[in-house]
Amino acid sequence: MQPLTRTSPALELCAVDKSFGAVHAVRAVSLRIAKSAITGIVGENGAGKSTLMSIVYGLFQADGGDILIDGKEVRIASPCDAIAHGIGMVHQHFMLVETFTVLENLVLGAEGGPLLAKGLAAARAELARLARDYGLAIDPDALVADLSVGEQQRVEILKVLFRGARILILDEPSAVLTPQETDQLFRILRALTAEGVAVVLITHKLREVMAATDTVYVMRQGELVAERRTADTNPEELAELMVGRKVLLSLDKEAPQRGQVRLRAEGLSLTDGQGVAVLDGINLELRAGEIVGIAGVSGNGQSELLQVLAGIRKPTGGRLTVCGRVLDVDRPVDPAEMRALGVAHVPEDRRRQGMVGAFRASETAILGYQAEPPFSRNHLLDLPAAFSHCADLMARFDVRPRAPGLPSAHFSGGNQQKLILAREMARKPKVLLVGQPTRGVDIGAIEFIHRQLVQARDEGCAVLVISAELDEILALADRILVMFEGRIAGEVEAGRAHERSLGLLMAGATLS
Amino acid sequence: MTRNALPVWAEIVLLPLANIVLAFLAVGVIVVMIGVNPFEALKLLVLGALGSKESIGYTLYYATNFTFTGLAVAVAFHAGLFNIGGEGQAYIGGLGCGLAVLALDSILPGWLLIPIAIVAAALFGAAWAAVPAWHIVITTIMFNFVASALMVYLLVNVLIAPRSMTPQSRGFGVAGQLPSMPGSALNLSIVLAALCCVGVWVFLWRTPTGYALRTMGHNPDAALYAGTDLKRMTMLAMCLSGALAGFVGVNELLGVHHRIVLDFSAGYGFAGIAVALMGRNHPAGIALAALLFGALQQGGAELAFDIPGMTREMVVVIQGLIILFSGALVQLPRPWLQAVFARGR
Amino acid sequence: MEEALILVALTLAATLRMATPLILCAMGGLFSERSGIIDVGLEGKMLMAAFFAAATASLTGSAWLGVLAAIAAAETLALLHGFACITHRGNQVVSGVAINILAAGLAVVLSTAWFQQGGQTPSLGESARLMPLFWPSAGDNILVYVALLSVPLTWWIIGRTRFGLRLRAVGEMPLAVDAAGISVAGLRYRAVLLCGFFTGLAGAYLSIAQNAGFSRDMTAGQGFIALAAIIFGKWRAFPAFGACLIFGLLDAIAIRLQGMRIPGVGEVPVQLIQALPYLLTMFLLAGFIGRAVAPKAVGIPYEKEH
Repeated sequence: MQPLTRTSPALELCAVDKSFGAVHAVRAVSLRIAKSAITGIVGENGAGKSTLMSIVYGLFQADGGDILIDGKEVRIASPCDAIAHGIGMVHQHFMLVETFTVLENLVLGAEGGPLLAKGLAAARAELARLARDYGLAIDPDALVADLSVGEQQRVEILKVLFRGARILILDEPSAVLTPQETDQLFRILRALTAEGVAVVLITHKLREVMAATDTVYVMRQGELVAERRTADTNPEELAELMVGRKVLLSLDKEAPQRGQVRLRAEGLSLTDGQGVAVLDGINLELRAGEIVGIAGVSGNGQSELLQVLAGIRKPTGGRLTVCGRVLDVDRPVDPAEMRALGVAHVPEDRRRQGMVGAFRASETAILGYQAEPPFSRNHLLDLPAAFSHCADLMARFDVRPRAPGLPSAHFSGGNQQKLILAREMARKPKVLLVGQPTRGVDIGAIEFIHRQLVQARDEGCAVLVISAELDEILALADRILVMFEGRIAGEVEAGRAHERSLGLLMAGATLS
Repeated sequence: MTRNALPVWAEIVLLPLANIVLAFLAVGVIVVMIGVNPFEALKLLVLGALGSKESIGYTLYYATNFTFTGLAVAVAFHAGLFNIGGEGQAYIGGLGCGLAVLALDSILPGWLLIPIAIVAAALFGAAWAAVPAWHIVITTIMFNFVASALMVYLLVNVLIAPRSMTPQSRGFGVAGQLPSMPGSALNLSIVLAALCCVGVWVFLWRTPTGYALRTMGHNPDAALYAGTDLKRMTMLAMCLSGALAGFVGVNELLGVHHRIVLDFSAGYGFAGIAVALMGRNHPAGIALAALLFGALQQGGAELAFDIPGMTREMVVVIQGLIILFSGALVQLPRPWLQAVFARGR
Repeated sequence: MEEALILVALTLAATLRMATPLILCAMGGLFSERSGIIDVGLEGKMLMAAFFAAATASLTGSAWLGVLAAIAAAETLALLHGFACITHRGNQVVSGVAINILAAGLAVVLSTAWFQQGGQTPSLGESARLMPLFWPSAGDNILVYVALLSVPLTWWIIGRTRFGLRLRAVGEMPLAVDAAGISVAGLRYRAVLLCGFFTGLAGAYLSIAQNAGFSRDMTAGQGFIALAAIIFGKWRAFPAFGACLIFGLLDAIAIRLQGMRIPGVGEVPVQLIQALPYLLTMFLLAGFIGRAVAPKAVGIPYEKEH
């Protein structure tokens, strides 16, 4: 424990330890969060930072160690205790009830009495005050489902302030924001620190850590490996500390050798059941030998575009031509036929779309191809063929452990993604559609996956990458398209793209 | 992931066994509550089920029905669907094979008629499962009631044997009767049950369609990604399920009653749920579970004769408890089993 | 003119009579479903409650003790369902089906063991039943009024109280409730207990108010029809009440149709009348299912997933 300085830290952790069965998630971590400052905690997926903060918020109980608030030891057994001690957490996936109004979400848990009417009125007044003091304007009677993602995040912050939080923990807050919205968020956080609030930022985005924080802690595999003053460090050092070895933050690739057009979308539209135009007149072209990246904040139609391009969903308007075959609302095609045409698809949500956790890896390795030879003859599955195919895939893409008989859910996120990528790339596809290629994947696997995609491009494949990580798009793509509200808001050649202009397009502004 | 995994053999054998033991303990409590000695009851149950050649025959005859409905529920479960309409599907499947026999038994020889009747049972059962495809739970239950009303109407007004007072059809000609064991109800349809077990296993685990069906059951989004038409697959699963349940009609009408009667499917549909859960939705487990239930049914009938306080409904209670412990409270014994294994290490 | 008015009044009364158990079950089921727990076991709870009401009334001669016993029986099954679904995160539909089967068998087993009447309870005299209060021919016993009151009460609890807000939240996004420091399990158990209370009343109505005793399978699928009413009512109290009234009306009309000749068709088969409520439920469900919006988290056991 540190001797008390002029001001004790808002939050101090002493040798906090936590295991889940055999997994030692947090190993004797000690750190100090100062008041009136923004402290960053960085680390790869699985480094333990979210678990650590969940312990602080009372969602888990530590196996050992102490938590001190304002220099006094406290026991946090549940979120209730955490809130009582002035700790508030804004989660990566918002914890808002979408069918409630902003006001109802605000009072949930702090209703101020068994009947709602009084509590809602008091909350309304308090909301107005918070809006004035911190510049967090929002309509109290708006349904959360109708708000934009940035506004929803604001509601989350208001919720936390409403309960009187003096320690604010944000878990990957900018994952769902445009660069401009992120700047706005950090301005709000600075305003809060000016009022004495202690802010903790959990993130894996090194440039944001450099831009927004005063102090940064680095976690690796459950351990705290470094503490730095942000002013004294740089992204390269942080990346090396996060991974434990030197990491190449940029990708070496040559200029693309473009070939014929493999995929063309003309005026592609999709209207959903409620009459909302999810895709609105999409025009794009994909040539062999290039990587086209589609950037944009999640929820602007990217998922739906991927589904239409992969043949999972029928467009309601416009035309799609893939490897010579035309698809439109009258001539729909199904994913199996797309595969036969040479289109491969790595889905955005691997756990829900790309594999079945309960199936063995050898069965996951044939998902989508199970009815084709060599995996099936005379309507019977050839399991040994699937097994050896899986072993082959694992060897080529360094999937660990090399156990085709292991249930797919037992592999780490990165290895699952590598297996799925291997499955799709093994057939030397003409068109490769990839959604969120490195979501939830550790840095080592990210490098590998990026190199594989570039290699596929160099071998003549037409690659389309959709990603919410702007850095990834900037690293991989030869051409960048930005999606906003179902439309292509703009197109930029990779060499001339930078975050500011892309951020404007992502937010729906036009470039001058 | 494998947070609390037991060794594989314990997962497949011990855990289900523990579930059943708990169910039977609960049954024991109820038996005591109604003033009967549970051990006496158990002894009579076992003797009643296995004590003579005829009783073994009856046990196997009951097991045949449970196999069909168990497989029906299991196939639907593998597709992520809960088919509670087995009662109605069995009933209507029986109508199908009965009608086929009534129409053709004076025209065709047995070796031709029986397979046709089997197919008819499958088609009718499948149809009864295919129609209520929306909120499958409520609508299949509703269809059970409708099947009941329909059969009563048909047997009283349309199919009733001339000059008969009881609502049943005329007897089937010899061509439409399955050979059976003298003294008991066991008949050739048990072979059909065995074939269905093998067929279901091959279909689910060795064909691409079965693979797609299981994928849909685990993860509809992954099935969509893989190119499966979800609506069609759901329909296929429900039809297969209904067809399997419909084979109860083959056993009951072609094998035992030799005419269309009322209520021959009573209870088998719901018991099929218990059989499927106990057998972990795998044909091998279902066959074993069906045998156990067959023994329970036969033993229970004998028990109802011998002990005044006991009724046939006791078997229904047992089924309900098994569904509860093997279906909803599956993980209940896990902490105890884990403690046992942890100490062993 | 007067005849027409009498006909309308009688039909209205018959509608309410038929709809009462549906209304009570639907309100109970609403609490459970809004909290995220599917309850297919409304049928079984009602049946068990009906048996215990009749049995207790028969043994003690008191209708009110019967009602208490009915509630106790339904609450026991409700707690069982809650234990399986909430504490053990089991499959909620399977649990409901298990409870239905268990109740069907157990009611007859206990009834035969205690009364030796092949599954029935002895016929109850008027003193051991809940008799009509104001209009004997309309059958308006106190439980009918309780059912009518239960609708605004349910609406008020769900929409205007702190408990109701939290209940709705836990059915949509239990994670939000947990993160706000409120016990998800506690809320759901309370919902399930409320469900047991109302289904207990429904069961008591069947055996000691509407009829004079318990007979096997007397619920005849009404628990499922109540579930269908919840769905038609889009999980809201007053619309569900409306759906229950429609079903009650259909039942009332069906009874009058029995034996009538329809020109061109002949006599309506009695079995068709019996099947009518079930057929109608299915047809209406088919039209509604696409548009119904269930509580988002319904049917999904809650597990902390960090």
